[in-house]
Amino acid sequence: MNITLTVNGEARSIAAPETTSLLEVLRNHLGLMGTRYGCGLEQCGCCMVLVDDQPAYACTRELGTVAGRRVATIEGLGTPAEPHPLQQAFLDEQAGQCGYCLSGILMSAKALLDRNPNPSRADIVTALDKHLCRCGAHQRILRAVERAAASLRNGRPA
Amino acid sequence: MTAPVLPASLVENPRLDRWIKFQPDRTVRIATGKVEIGQGIVTAIGQIAAEELDLPLDRIAVLSGDTTDGPNELYTTSSLSVDVSGGSVRLVCAEVRAKALERAALRLNCGRDELSVVDGRFLQNGAATGQDYWTVASEIDLTQAVTGTVPPKPVAAYRVVGRSVPRVDLPAKLSGAAFVHDVLPADVLHARTLRQPNRGAVLASLDETAIQRAAKGELQIVREANFVAFVSPVESVAQAAAVAAPLHAKWSNLRRLVPEQQEAAWLKGQPSDDRHIGAPPPASPPRNLVQATFSRPYIAHASMAPSCALAEFRDGHLTVRSHGQGMHPLRQNLAAALGLPIEAITCQHLHGAGCYGHNGADDAALDAALIARHLPGKCIRLQWRREEEFGFEPVGPAMLVTLHVDLDDRGRPADWTTEIWSPTHVQRPGNGTGFLLASEAMANPPPEVAPFDPSEPRGGGGTRNALPIYDVPAHRIVHHLVMRPPVRTSALRGLGALPNVYAIESLIDDLAARAGEDPVAYRLSILSEARARRLVEMVADRARWTSRGAGGAGKGLGLGFARYKNRAAYAAVIAAVTVDETVRVDRIWCVADAGLVVNPDGARNQLEGGIVQAVSWTLKEQVRLDDQGIASRDWDSYPILRFSEIPEMQVEFVAAAGNPALGVGECTVGPTAAAIGNAVNHALGVRIRDMPLTRERILAALA
Repeated sequence: MNITLTVNGEARSIAAPETTSLLEVLRNHLGLMGTRYGCGLEQCGCCMVLVDDQPAYACTRELGTVAGRRVATIEGLGTPAEPHPLQQAFLDEQAGQCGYCLSGILMSAKALLDRNPNPSRADIVTALDKHLCRCGAHQRILRAVERAAASLRNGRPA
Repeated sequence: MTAPVLPASLVENPRLDRWIKFQPDRTVRIATGKVEIGQGIVTAIGQIAAEELDLPLDRIAVLSGDTTDGPNELYTTSSLSVDVSGGSVRLVCAEVRAKALERAALRLNCGRDELSVVDGRFLQNGAATGQDYWTVASEIDLTQAVTGTVPPKPVAAYRVVGRSVPRVDLPAKLSGAAFVHDVLPADVLHARTLRQPNRGAVLASLDETAIQRAAKGELQIVREANFVAFVSPVESVAQAAAVAAPLHAKWSNLRRLVPEQQEAAWLKGQPSDDRHIGAPPPASPPRNLVQATFSRPYIAHASMAPSCALAEFRDGHLTVRSHGQGMHPLRQNLAAALGLPIEAITCQHLHGAGCYGHNGADDAALDAALIARHLPGKCIRLQWRREEEFGFEPVGPAMLVTLHVDLDDRGRPADWTTEIWSPTHVQRPGNGTGFLLASEAMANPPPEVAPFDPSEPRGGGGTRNALPIYDVPAHRIVHHLVMRPPVRTSALRGLGALPNVYAIESLIDDLAARAGEDPVAYRLSILSEARARRLVEMVADRARWTSRGAGGAGKGLGLGFARYKNRAAYAAVIAAVTVDETVRVDRIWCVADAGLVVNPDGARNQLEGGIVQAVSWTLKEQVRLDDQGIASRDWDSYPILRFSEIPEMQVEFVAAAGNPALGVGECTVGPTAAAIGNAVNHALGVRIRDMPLTRERILAALA
């Protein structure tokens, strides 16, 4: 039986058991490789996506629970040619080293800025605290989210 | 005239075309054997090439880690890439630039001195000539060996090197597929393994029917002696099989560990290979001996991504894509493990998550290759499970460091001995004692070889930074290389530098206290090297050290200083901490001297990363063992520093002042750990000598 959902604004129909993880659906069925496997345990945040605008761990989220819902991934945020203000801010701050944790962090940051356009440093820390970064780019990442918030408030489209 | 001394990489790979190629799309391909592991080396190498060739950076395409077209530069380690690979690219590009101008001068019938290069175009006395690198490229013989006789640009003329440029690899990593993990050919087969619990363990039985049942899908089980893999077109099927497999496998000859083995203290008294380095034993008995013992437990690389590799065996040729730190060594190691001629193997580097040393990357490549050989013509994507990465990667060795220091009448060190107990710090496959993990599961595993450490000329392993940088009349190292640790150990960022600098800088603070002197003033009284003194003075100024006060009220300020390997980059670090029942690092100031810095912002990123990782190691990290092996197999049992625990940081480089480039990736880790230890001592008035500085240790120290 096919399950339908909206991914990055497009309706998608998936032929897979409803217990399939959303992570596997995104990567192996839809070819959206920017959502990454880190632990499969909701401990690292590498697989974070948005389900109806809320951060969700794709590694444990079952396909059946997102039927009819909206899923957003890093690929829907922007591209190297047309980056989202968040992606641009991460480039401006060179916020990252290996980069493996970044797509999950960007999605949590997106959810934060959507609900709070003017977050404090503490708000950003709270929103990102479920994410691990092993390279130690945290301060740059926090600055990048602040920079993106300012850029979005100054009228650049989200 | 004597021949110039070439970097090792050019001695091994002398042909110019191993390094440089002019491409039809008007770019220049620069090849390096060093690989991108998040440290920005591909960008820095590109800057060096652009500088010497007088090309815009976007005309340089860097090929990294390719056994077909790139140079063999062994592993990407020890903060040496800018020095060795960058130094090689610099000489190659200077020489090729000269050759190109020579050809252009012939064509234009002018003197070479009349020609200059602007954005790759050749100008004659400032006027366009219609000539550029690409018009003369076919006339330059790049099969020749580099001579190293063409002098590179003077540093004063640099326009690209020394300027911050954005990392070339970051845009892809911020927007989608970017890693070896993300390569998914249409007919790919997913694979997972069942790991041999320890070397020598024998698979007595495997209930394949039960595993097939648990997998709930199309599954092939590949077995070769004690190596087992689960292969499926559906990734979750392979994963489910691997998760279920340990319950359905019976092993004989299992090893049993005891709890004490997880602690550094266990190392003392174990069989060891003992060496004495430096001054002979003191001739007279000590007059004022101070002794203290410090420790660091086993710690994990703990990469964000489990190791992954792709392999395909087609028509007798094996192609492997891997995120290991050296593709030429991997090719050699795969040839040895698989019994294939080296010409039958191609290895290509693709990005992985940060590794910070020797983790499971190479081992995953052999796993993939073994499976590919059983299933010729199929592309195999092998990924370790999270618990496999934590459970089977080599770990950074535990260390026990005892300092025996005899003081003179003024309370200064007169005679210094650093005594170290540690397992080996380097067991990279092919280095002599290390093997790709699955080769131990084969019918004829490679013989066990007695471990050894990197030599002193290479910076040592356990002995790295074991000697103080301070003026001490006589010093020596007694190194007990522990032969049979409970777990596989190998290189982790900084090797022995972290525990050694922690020990030395802790004791220096204690000696200052004994002498009733301020730690900065005490250090400066025994530190004659001008570059070193300057950093200590600068970082003290940045942190307003003079207002630090008496301490003891739960707030502390501490200093740590070292020159990495005693010959690479210098870093002086001050930490501000708040200690309640736990330690919080509030702020870090760091001043570093790395000589010429190619990409300042990229290098600052490396200083910051080293600081954060060292804070995490110092406060939180310890690999836990149970009777079978590593028990800390997820992020709950192996916690690392989080966003809410990250200090504010202020890092800076001093100007190069004509000094050559020194790698920066590892220089901050020892000083950061030491600064935290000294800040905690300032905050509490007690010295904690065993890392990590956990709540339990704080409470015990205060009791």
